Amino acid sequence: MSLLQVEGLGKYYNQQTKVLKDINFEVESGEFISIIGPSGAGKSSLLRCINRMVDISEGHVVFDGEDVGSMKKSELRRLRTNIGMIFQHYNLVPRLTVIENVLHGRFGYKSTLQGVLGRFTEDEKEKAFELLGKLGIADHAYKRCDQLSGGQQQRVGICRALIQEPKLILCDEPIASLDPNSSKIIMDYLRKITNEMGITCLVNLHQVDVAKEYADRIIGLNKGEIVFDGPSNMLYEDRIESIYGIQKRELITV
Amino acid sequence: MNEKKMRQNKLQITIIFIVILLITYLSAAITNFNFLDSVLTIPEAIGWMVSNLMITSETLDRMPSIMDKLLETVFMSIAATTFAAVISLFLALLGSQTTKVNNFFSVLARFIASFSRNIPVVAWSLILLISFGQNSMTGFLALFVGTLGFLTRAFIESIDEANQSSVEALTATGATYFHIVNKAVIPQSLPQMLSWILFMVETNIRSATLVGILTGTGIGAMFDLYYKSMNYQVVALITITIVVTVILIELLSNQIRRVIL
Repeated sequence: MSLLQVEGLGKYYNQQTKVLKDINFEVESGEFISIIGPSGAGKSSLLRCINRMVDISEGHVVFDGEDVGSMKKSELRRLRTNIGMIFQHYNLVPRLTVIENVLHGRFGYKSTLQGVLGRFTEDEKEKAFELLGKLGIADHAYKRCDQLSGGQQQRVGICRALIQEPKLILCDEPIASLDPNSSKIIMDYLRKITNEMGITCLVNLHQVDVAKEYADRIIGLNKGEIVFDGPSNMLYEDRIESIYGIQKRELITV
Repeated sequence: MNEKKMRQNKLQITIIFIVILLITYLSAAITNFNFLDSVLTIPEAIGWMVSNLMITSETLDRMPSIMDKLLETVFMSIAATTFAAVISLFLALLGSQTTKVNNFFSVLARFIASFSRNIPVVAWSLILLISFGQNSMTGFLALFVGTLGFLTRAFIESIDEANQSSVEALTATGATYFHIVNKAVIPQSLPQMLSWILFMVETNIRSATLVGILTGTGIGAMFDLYYKSMNYQVVALITITIVVTVILIELLSNQIRRVIL
């Protein structure tokens, strides 16, 4: 059985504007999928329906055999521990240290009291340092996050997602606020996560070239509908056109 | 914008200016306020101040009792502020868009805050005076209520400004509400909140004098007493000690702010 099934998913914030319409796709364990599409196509809403950061309006999202839409609060917590999330603006707590931010990823496994008191086991701390080492920022462990560059902060974000030991990582525009060099580093790490640790990645991207280079499979969204779903090497110029609309063509080819 | 519109704008500004002048003149005429006369009384007023508000060595004898009352006032302001701060923190967490539990409590918290904030502290003193009588509890409560409203509002803004993104991220990891508030929202907003608390301590020491006059407590009551018995030298001394204290507290809190921010 596949890791994630999305069946007839629809999302609307009000009656007039449907952000997502009848979305259907399946994700197998170990896939690296990129979701592309113009701004406002519904990419972020789609990711947020999967871990129910926003409520599902219609259809089903089935993760690991369980229906996400009908989960109660405690089940939802358990679901979210299995799904890591990485954000465009890193979403760290800027005044806290790197290591504290990484350990925040373990809250899903803690009781309220353990978490409030900040009781982390030695294993968890060792794991946190090991992950920081893997992502090349172990030296900054005790620095405040707001002293780090964007690329470094995003790596802290990745560590926070990985320490959850998730089955799936959702990345919402992970490189949209980074320079080309840092972007490459981040994308390389994300690819490595799938290749070496077998964690499935769903990555929202703006850049078609990056998507084609890194992803096995690409899902193209336009106005809330899937207009392309297939291997990256099948994404030809005419398909890109249908994703972004004709008037956009000049913009992307520049 | 074309030329015609620019001309129109200029005309409008001129008309508005003339209207303002007219309103000023009319208000002065209706209230019998004469600008020239009031300017002419200034030298006389200064003369009175110099002759009556001179601090002599005799008045300095009163210094210990003034200091006593002043300390009482300072401590009352600090106590009222810190008590209000604790309750404001809870109200702010409920009222903030980022950390609200549900809409009902959010609206309720905002309502309490705006209700206590929009009634001036002087009005609160007078209202509480009737129900609690003339004692230090009344002064304390008047400061407390005003501070509560202001701090709740300020805290809500600090929370909303600083935390939306990290709250989203921690929710996505499966963290509970108390994890998020304790380990992300409070650490991130605390310096800002402390800064507001310090600001409120300063403000309250200033208002405590006025509240004291009304409720008969602290330095305000003493000011009132000497003012009514026309002992203006002591009044001057009290005023100067208040000014010096407020400046000192301001310098101190600026120093603290520099360290925590």
